This record gives sequence, structure tokens and C-alpha cells, in this order.
Amino acid sequence: MHETDSMVMEFSVPNTLESEIDELITHYPEKRSVTLMALHALQAHFGFVSDAGIEWIAQKLDQTPLAVLELVTFYPMFSREPLGKFHFRICRTLSCALNGSEKIYWALCEQLGLDKNVHKRQTTPDGRFTVEFVECLACCNKGPVLFLNEDFHENMTEESVSKLLTICNGDNSSERKGTGK
Amino acid sequence: MSNEEKVQAKVEVPMITFKVDGQTVSVPKTLPHPVTGKPEPISIIQACALAGVNIPHLCYHPKLPVAGNCRMCLIEYGMPVLDRERKPVLNPDGSPQIRRIPRQAIACATPVTPGMEVYTQTEGVVRARKSVLEFLALNHPLDCPICDKAGECKLQEYVHQYGQETSHFFETKLEKPKKKAISSKIVLDNERCILCTRCVRFTDSVAKNPALGILNRGALNTISNYPGTEFEHNYTLNTVDICPVGALTSRDFRFQMRTWFLSETPSICPNCATGCNILIHSLKGHIYRLTPRENDAVNSCWMCDSGRLNYKWVNDSRRLSNVLWSEAGRRDEIDWETAISKISAALKSSSKGSTAILVSARQSTEEIFLVSKLAKLLEAQTDSLPRIGEGDFLLLNPDMNPNSKAIEIFGLASATPGANVSKIAKAIESGAIRNLIAIGENPVEMGIEPGLLSRLDLFVVCDILGNKSTLEAQYLLPGASFAEKQGTFINAKGRVQRFGKAFDPMGEARPEYWILSSLLSALTDKLWPKTPEEIFNMMAAELPAFNGMTWAKLGTAGMNLLSTTNTTEK
Ligand code: SF4
Ligand code: SF4
Ligand code: FES
Ligand code: FES
Repeated sequence: MHETDSMVMEFSVPNTLESEIDELITHYPEKRSVTLMALHALQAHFGFVSDAGIEWIAQKLDQTPLAVLELVTFYPMFSREPLGKFHFRICRTLSCALNGSEKIYWALCEQLGLDKNVHKRQTTPDGRFTVEFVECLACCNKGPVLFLNEDFHENMTEESVSKLLTICNGDNSSERKGTGK
Repeated sequence: MSNEEKVQAKVEVPMITFKVDGQTVSVPKTLPHPVTGKPEPISIIQACALAGVNIPHLCYHPKLPVAGNCRMCLIEYGMPVLDRERKPVLNPDGSPQIRRIPRQAIACATPVTPGMEVYTQTEGVVRARKSVLEFLALNHPLDCPICDKAGECKLQEYVHQYGQETSHFFETKLEKPKKKAISSKIVLDNERCILCTRCVRFTDSVAKNPALGILNRGALNTISNYPGTEFEHNYTLNTVDICPVGALTSRDFRFQMRTWFLSETPSICPNCATGCNILIHSLKGHIYRLTPRENDAVNSCWMCDSGRLNYKWVNDSRRLSNVLWSEAGRRDEIDWETAISKISAALKSSSKGSTAILVSARQSTEEIFLVSKLAKLLEAQTDSLPRIGEGDFLLLNPDMNPNSKAIEIFGLASATPGANVSKIAKAIESGAIRNLIAIGENPVEMGIEPGLLSRLDLFVVCDILGNKSTLEAQYLLPGASFAEKQGTFINAKGRVQRFGKAFDPMGEARPEYWILSSLLSALTDKLWPKTPEEIFNMMAAELPAFNGMTWAKLGTAGMNLLSTTNTTEK
């Protein structure tokens, strides 16, 4: 979990992002209230929440780094490791599970060379794909559903998830984005 | 606050009446918050404690802010039925009608209201306790046989009292870090932790160092410090005491002794002028640990780590344990009777004013009192060594002597303690001082060179560990540590507090009050009191500052000196 010194030194929050957070602070009676939003903003920018990011937020919001880390480890949507360019989050709550979300997960894992028996966030060695199970995505009538980055994909089947993968594999741009569906 | 003031302050708080298990009790409507001191509505658990009813609890601690997370303190209660005018509806016999509240409530976070009826022994309450315990034990390793807390573990006690022998849980228990070194003094077992957050609240609100928190979620919760930082301050070991289970263990005590073999002796920490009330845990003449003993006038439930861990010297194998007499380069063992009569003969034959006495502010008040008598008798010059360290905001006093106040009361030190020593050295050099008696002090360390010491007619050292002065002594009298005798210390605020004897001194060693009393008896040909109790009562009767105290009245909580009560507490 600890970055090397060089990574800590490289950590810098762009001015636009910092002023966005500064602006958020003005909306609340307590600076602390901004913690979650600041974490989301940093994760969106850096792809994950680093120790340096936690310490930066703590200082900015007059918190102890421990208090920020408590939140980061409480919420599963924060990642302490860099996420892949394509991030699959497959719902495994009741409706989706009954409609076969496990098969979708297995299909993805098999095609990406990941261990389908591991029920934890996994990233391919090339760092391009991250796959994980998540809880209800609030679209239970169209299960199984998944999130590919920030986009919803409903009524998934093994075929449709393979198609999604093909689209991703063809995308060689460097930015991280949704598939535009 | 004096006792009278306290009583008055209590009277000012309005009282409320409620019932617990059929017993009617009146309690103050509010109690001060344990940390901020602000009045807060009295909780059911506090009110029941005042009524002598103990409600099982794990996360609640009387000296910490309430968290209400363990659910161990569930009780049932009822409220008086009110009519439309909010007047109580009465039964035919005139008693108020009570409506049982269908939901159980946690006693630690539910305020008492007038007329409330609390039930702590119903079938429902017992069932709730069983269920809470079953949940707490789900992932608990139940490794009591190798747990330091066994025997004083709250979870163990409650499971013994309410638990069931079977569990509905057949799954594999979660595994968590089992020996995480969270500081140089503490090892954390996350599997044993029941997540009561007492440690978190203590370090945050009492020690003012928010170093601990809870990481992860649900069953995976773990107490942790911030990775890469250590949980280090001078009060960390209090978390080991208040941890209701064996999750936080002191490295010093870990695996050393089963707690039930240890006897507990009420005592006073001798490491600074605060005089924290403590318990000595010992077995067969060996101290295994010191723990704080509650005294709200002094240390609440806490003590500092440096004081707690500074006891190893008591069991040092190099402790002095023989009475030794040196003459013409020879050192022989002699018995006490011979030593006392030889020393008193030497003192009797020397002229008044030719003796100096150095007495440590680590001796008991009774000993210091006897030294003052001896000094008067011999018209001796006296002094005592100040020991100044670093204090802090919570308990630690910069005065590292436990009894400087007694030295001050009996005027045994110079205005700036230690300043007389150079005069004494000069007087030894000029021959005006022929005898030197050191009690718990090391004259060489204080600046009297060994070369000077050899010029003395009589050089008596009474101490418990060897040093440069004990090597030079003509008479070396082995004394007793605080754990091996009874006595009192007077703390910086003028509180007179009794410490008890955990075990006998080693070998021939004797308490210094016994040595001094024997010497005084030999010098004056009359019998001086020989027990701390008799000496204390003689002293208290002589000095108005002791305000009619007696050894018995001091009890285990101590009493304040008359004159200092008002001056030292602002
Ligand atoms: S370590 Fe002990 S005091 Fe701290 S939360 Fe766990 S059980 Fe409570
Ligand atoms: S504060 Fe002083 S008296 Fe209290 S435990 Fe520490 S050293 Fe001992
Ligand atoms: S159960 Fe999958 S979206 Fe709700
Ligand atoms: S003691 Fe009341 S909830 Fe823990």
C-alpha cells in the first residue's frame, strides 16, 4: 500500500481540481463534509486513491489521514490500486444473481485470463482490464446488469459481454472513458 | 474541590426518581460528561450503578464518551401513562400506570426520565444478552487458554454468566491479524477485538492523540493506526486496561503470568509527585505489573506508561540484602541490633551539630518525619535531591520525587533543594561535620567526593541498590522498596495517600521507618513507634496541617492537607 518516495514526490493535484475542491468546501459548515467528494475527484483524476492522495485530502480538510483512510476502506468504490482502463463492475445482488450474473463474471474472467473463483477486484497484468462483483446497481428489472466504467449495460448475456470485450480490445486510445452506449 | 463543596454541588442538581427492578431510587438529573465536564442527562446505566444495580456492558466506560455499539447493555423499561393533560394515569390503588415499551433499549445511551421503570432481569433481557454474546463470539477465536486477559475479560465473564454452550454458526471464522505490533509497548490481536472502540475513544478524547481508528467494513472491521505511523505516547497502556477483551496486550506483561495467580495490593506510584493510585500485581515477592486504581481526586482511572513500567528495579537481583560494616578495609555482615547500637553509640559520643543527614524525597512521610526528629535531636544539617523531569498535560508531574511535599513540610531541604550539599561538603572538609547519614540518597552523585567521605568518623548509608556511595559506607543498611512496606506519600497537591505492602523485603532488608525508629529509640532511651500506622498517627497529632487525619481515616483514597487544599488547586 505504500508508494515509493519517487511516487510520493510525483503526486501533485492540478490547480483546477484543487480549486474545485476549495469551492466545494464553501458549501458546507464543516470542511470534513467534503471528504467523500474529494476522494471521488482524486480517484477520477488519478485512477485510484493513493496514500499521498489521502494525506493531501487530510491536510486540506483538517482531518487525520487515519480518518480519511477509514472512509476509503469503508466504501468499496474506492480503489487503493490503479484500476484498469476498462473497469467492469458486475452486480451480484439478488435479482441479477438469479438471472445469471455469475455466468457473466465467469465469462469475463475466462476471456481475460483472470481467476473466476476469486471474488475480489482483479486487474489483468497489462493493467487494461479490472473486473469485480459489486452490489445492487439499482436496475434490478434488467438484470444481469454491469457497469463498464461509467456506463450501464443491461440484460447481459455471455454473448453480449464478449461483444463488449471486443469493442474494448479494439480501443487503443489512452484515455479512460465509457463505451458510449 | 473540598468534600463539602462537592456535596453542595450535588445538592444543586435536581433529582429524579425512577424504579429499577422494583426498587425506587432518586438520582441526580444530570451528571458531568466524563471528558468535557458539561452536565448531561443521566443514563440508565449510570443511574442503575448509583442504585447498586450493575448492568452488563462492554463498550460503555464511565470515563469515556458513550459509543453505544456493543448492545450488551440492553434492558427493558416502562413509562408512566399520561392523560391528555399530561398527568399520570393512576391504577385503582393509586400507583401510576406503567406502559411497557415493547422495544429493548441500550442502557448506556438512554436517559432516565421521571417515573421510568427499568427491568434488568426479565426473560427478554436475558435472551438479549445471550444473543448479543452469540454474535460477539461468531468470529471470536475463543483462545482464552493463551490469552493474557483470561480471568479478567469481560466477554469471558458474560459468556460464563449468560452464554450458551452451542452456537448457530457453523461457518469458518474470519481470520484477522493476530499479533500486530501497534506500538513498542502494545500488541494487537484483531481477532479478539470486539470493536467496542474504547481504545479509540481513550486515545482521542483523554490522551488527545487520535491515533487509532476502524478500517474496513462490517465483519472485516479492524482497529488500526495509520499505516506507517506508530501508536506512541505516554498513556497508551491504559488502552490495555480498558480493552474489555484480550485484544490489546502489554508487551511487558504478555504471557508472563495467569492473572488469577496475582495478588493485588493497593499502592501509590512512586515515580512522580502526582501520586497516581495503583495496584501492585505480585506473586511470591515478584512484581508482574502495575495498573491504575481509580481515584477521581488524583488520576481518574489512568496512569502514565513511564510510571507503569518503572518497577523492574524492585526485583533487581543486585538489591542490597545484608547489613554490612566496614572497618580497616574489611567488610563484614553484622546483625541489625549490633548495627543500630554501634551507630547510636557513635552518634551519642559526637557533639551536637556535627552530623549531616541527606534524605530522599522518595521515602515515606513517616520516614521523613522520623528523619526530622533525628535531625532535631542531633542538630543536624539536612538536604534532599530534587529530581526534575518533563511533565505533561494529563498526569505526569515534572517533579519525579513522590514525596517532595513531605520534605517541604518538615523543612528538610534547603530553600533550593540540594543547595546545602556544597556547604555540607565544605563542612566535612573543614572537619565541622564528622558524621553523614544518607537515606535513599547518593552523596557522591550529589557532589560529595569519595575522598571527602573517607574523612568522616561515621558514614551510614541506607539504600536499596548499590551505587558509588554504598561502596564507601561504613554502615550499609539495606532498605525496603515501596512495594515492601506500608507508608504514605504526599502528592504535589497536598493529598496524603497510603501505599500498601505487597511482600516482604529481601533477605535482611528492613523498612527505613523501622531502622529510623530503632535508631531513635537507641539514642533517646525511650520507645519510638515502630509501625507506619503509629508513626503516622503521632505525626498527624503533632502537625495541624494534617487536620485530624488518622491512618485509618486515610483509607485507600487519601485525604488533603489542610493548608494546601486551597492554595494548590487554584
Ligand atoms: S482493541 Fe479492545 S478496546 Fe479497542 S475496540 Fe477492540 S475490544 Fe475495544
Ligand atoms: S503520572 Fe506520575 S504518579 Fe502517575 S503513573 Fe506517571 S509517574 Fe506515576
Ligand atoms: S440486483 Fe442487480 S441491479 Fe439490483
Ligand atoms: S454498553 Fe451500551 S451499547 Fe455497549
